[in-house]
Amino acid sequence: MEYLPNIIFALALFAGIGFFVNNIKKLSRNIKLGKDVDRNDNKSERFKNMAKIALGQSKMVKRPLSGFLHIIVYVGFIIINIEVLEIVLDGLLGTHRLFQPILGEAFYGFLIGTFEILAVLVLLAVIVFWLRRNVSNIKRFLSAEMKGWAKNDGNYILYFEVVLMTLFLTMNATDTSFQEAGVGNVLSQYLVPLFDGFSAETIHTIERTAWWIHILGILVFLNYLYYSKHLHILLAFPNTYFANLKPKGQFNNLASVTNEVKLMMDPDADPYAMPEEGAEETTPDKFGASDVTDLNWVQLLNAYTCTECGRCTSSCPANLTGKKLSPRKIMMDTRDRLEEVGRNIDANKGEFKDDGKQLLNDYITPEELWACTSCNACVEECPVNIDPLSIIMDMRRYLVMEESAAPQELNMMMTNVENNGAMWQYSQQDRLNWAKED
Amino acid sequence: MTVKTMADYFAEGKQPEVLFWVGSAGSYDDRAKKITKAFVKILNKANVEFAVLGTEESSTGDAAKRAGNEFLFQMQAMMNIEVLNGYEVKKIVTCDPHSFNTLKNEYPSLGGNYEVFHHTQFIQNLINEGRLEINDTTLKGKRITFHDPCYLGRANEVYESPRDLIRRLGVDLKEMKRNKSSALCCGAGGAQMFKEPEKGDMDINILRTKDALETNPNIIATGCPYCNTMMTDGIKFNEKEDQVLVKDIAELIAEANNL
Repeated sequence: MEYLPNIIFALALFAGIGFFVNNIKKLSRNIKLGKDVDRNDNKSERFKNMAKIALGQSKMVKRPLSGFLHIIVYVGFIIINIEVLEIVLDGLLGTHRLFQPILGEAFYGFLIGTFEILAVLVLLAVIVFWLRRNVSNIKRFLSAEMKGWAKNDGNYILYFEVVLMTLFLTMNATDTSFQEAGVGNVLSQYLVPLFDGFSAETIHTIERTAWWIHILGILVFLNYLYYSKHLHILLAFPNTYFANLKPKGQFNNLASVTNEVKLMMDPDADPYAMPEEGAEETTPDKFGASDVTDLNWVQLLNAYTCTECGRCTSSCPANLTGKKLSPRKIMMDTRDRLEEVGRNIDANKGEFKDDGKQLLNDYITPEELWACTSCNACVEECPVNIDPLSIIMDMRRYLVMEESAAPQELNMMMTNVENNGAMWQYSQQDRLNWAKED
Repeated sequence: MTVKTMADYFAEGKQPEVLFWVGSAGSYDDRAKKITKAFVKILNKANVEFAVLGTEESSTGDAAKRAGNEFLFQMQAMMNIEVLNGYEVKKIVTCDPHSFNTLKNEYPSLGGNYEVFHHTQFIQNLINEGRLEINDTTLKGKRITFHDPCYLGRANEVYESPRDLIRRLGVDLKEMKRNKSSALCCGAGGAQMFKEPEKGDMDINILRTKDALETNPNIIATGCPYCNTMMTDGIKFNEKEDQVLVKDIAELIAEANNL
């Protein structure tokens, strides 16, 4: 019976990490449903971007207040994880504050003291975040796509952090031997009077309870990630690494189109040519994207990485002038549909069964897509280099090339380009008339 | 104003220093044609041997591509590339950031490799090489704000060339609250120029003109024929056309030099 807590702990840890690994596998499977795109060039530049943007938070601080608060929570999260390592080892080995003798009283005290200060700073930052989300009228938190689960998700994360930080401080405050040693209890010492008059036994029980709920809470939070916008704490790193490195104005040239255009323009091409003997019958590529599986895997990774902060939407000229387009919604819709496709595959023994739905129309409407000015403000704003514009463009391509469903005025513009090489109905022979006018 | 075509140079057995890609707006739109002519005057003044394609030029396909018609874009691109490569063009300058972006970034993988300049970069080089001077007389002391074209700014990170030229005019350059990488679009990009906007509570150019008017400018400077149209319409909407002018940087430079 002596080892019962160790065994329970090991089981909880195993289950927590096991579920998490399972979720990550599903996540990776879903992302791989996307089309291939090569993002393995320029490794050094990619690492540099990841270090600067994800690790260094360089784009977060463009909005100073939320950027600064975010850095507190982020640093707190990373550094307090050192303490989690000790907790895990204590739990498995049945020790208490294992690192204290190893690191030496002074250094250990310095570490825990730092954690306590960070924990309080995180608490304060989280309170401001909560007020910003729920009390201040910040427009980007009030958009249509931020109702229901999206709003609750944001708040649940904040509550989680409040609970975890409070438990951490409580656990230190009720650790009698830690308080007696008096090293590293920089802030928890002020909580000790709260437990005055409690018996030693009760205080020990509180300490143990706080300790257990704290670590179990962390395991639950780890598994909450997959269902939440909070996945960005992991995916921000690969997302910034695999992000587009080319100039933002450069849109990809569809290779499938290049082949056809070359054939059309080749004077030696035989229009009646039969496919060569033995040549593989290939179904032609679909042009553009109408569903998530037509997008590439980086676009799908983008969707899982999005933490719905809405900086993109708050800088989108279409959204700012009351149009339906919201780049954040494009990313949220992509993720929701991808999750739906993933669940469909799970339910049908690994194979997708047509559900009569797709990303286009069922999630994203043409009205949203046609409102985009392709100005790249959303791409520029994203603190983790998500590219909503590429999804909008791929879906426009589907609308135009597969469904001929462009707005009428655009059809007229394109007819002009086709007929006379300009967007307006002017003869190409008049192109140089300006040089003769005065 | 001297304008020669690539065909003229070819007939003489010569190669010009640079090809001036006029673009569809610059060729046909009455307002944009003024920008084209101002730039030509600057090129003439600096004795730049340049050529245009004239009737051999065709839409770059930018608007078609951004409207989603990749077929039409690539047809246009390949046709233009055939003409450009036929004349062995190496260097291109254009007053249109959309042509600039497409020629510079989207033509190479289709076989068109050129050194491409926006006219503000090109003029800046002319000044730095001592081939052009700005003898400012008229604009000194005027308040000017610059509207960053998306396809010059965010798309290609050219923020300084236009500003450098404006500062050389001895004017008071006032930045809008949204500028450079955070600049707001004028509302014309992504083929919006050619369609009615979707339902909303305001047109984008009205919002952007508001940004500009907050700086209380005498002149709104642009570097794109489409931005020029949008901002001009915005000023008209505000009934400020008597107080605020919308001008391309090429026009300001030409004006300063009494060209």
